[in-house]
Amino acid sequence: MKTWIKATAMGLAVVGIAVLSFGSASAQDGVTSLRGSVALDEGQPAADLLRPNTGKRFTRNYRQQPPLIPHRVDKYQIDVKANQCMGCHDWPQNVEQNAPKISETHYLSPTGVRLNKVSGSRWFCNQCHVPQVQAQELVPNTFTSSNDLR
Amino acid sequence: MSASNEDNKSMIGRLWQGLTRPTASFAVGTLLVVGFFTGILFWGGFNWSMEMTNNEEFCISCHEMEANVYREYLDTVHYSNRTGVRATCPDCHVPKTWIHKVARKIQATNELYHWALGTIDTREKYEAKRLKLAKNVWKVMKDTDSRECRNCHSFEYMDFVEQEKRSHKSHQQAIDENMTCIDCHKGIAHELPAGIVGVNGVPNMGN
Repeated sequence: MKTWIKATAMGLAVVGIAVLSFGSASAQDGVTSLRGSVALDEGQPAADLLRPNTGKRFTRNYRQQPPLIPHRVDKYQIDVKANQCMGCHDWPQNVEQNAPKISETHYLSPTGVRLNKVSGSRWFCNQCHVPQVQAQELVPNTFTSSNDLR
Repeated sequence: MSASNEDNKSMIGRLWQGLTRPTASFAVGTLLVVGFFTGILFWGGFNWSMEMTNNEEFCISCHEMEANVYREYLDTVHYSNRTGVRATCPDCHVPKTWIHKVARKIQATNELYHWALGTIDTREKYEAKRLKLAKNVWKVMKDTDSRECRNCHSFEYMDFVEQEKRSHKSHQQAIDENMTCIDCHKGIAHELPAGIVGVNGVPNMGN
């Protein structure tokens, strides 16, 4: 009995592999790996590093867009202990630092209670707010800012 | 008992006599030369052994330092940067001038004591103490007018034109108001501790 099951399983596996290899062979022409057409034993030069766009504030592309960050953030600590973004962007520091204050909505608790500090649910800034680099779009698209549609 | 006491006395007495009486068998020149070189040996040996405890390798030979503050420091600009200039542990935490360095080294015996006690030998213990430890370091840096920072950074040679508008403004203000580096630059080489809200001079960055 057991041999029978084994034999069937083996047979199925062989057929499966054959089908798969045939399928991939026929699909090979239209598919390239992300690596490009470089041979496995050759190195591919690294792409240029893209530096964050800094210095100029971004305009929003649509009303609800979380504002983008026009500076580097890689050295800033945002964790359970501290949030260094608040050093400039929380009130009242933002006045002296001439930095945009975080939105008033960020001082509301999830249940709608007004708080005197940034709400825990808004703590991790970079969940929504991100820096930008001058990169090629990964997929060509026809995105248009809602400002341009008005 | 009394006999051995007398023996001791006479031994100490003889030694004292030997030290206070002019020598009869050595030339003054010999004594001077031998004394000179012995002095170099002892002084050099002292400084050499002190320097052995004054490098990063020694600091992180204790896991308390290696597993906590050192790991955090690896992500910061003082470890890795564009020009490859580094500041290691003693560059910031041990004074360069001899007298202050010795004073700091004597204080460090307290750290050895707590190392032996295992005061911060787990991550949890370390985190629980972190605010206090950080405050200690901030206080020292405030009291010394950030002396160790200024071994490399000084207002005199800062090119404000090269700086960003905000940092240039803040540095000018710092000069005018006699502020010191650590007043603003906290949490730049190690993570900020939990509970920094309310620490004097720290903007509201905590939870």
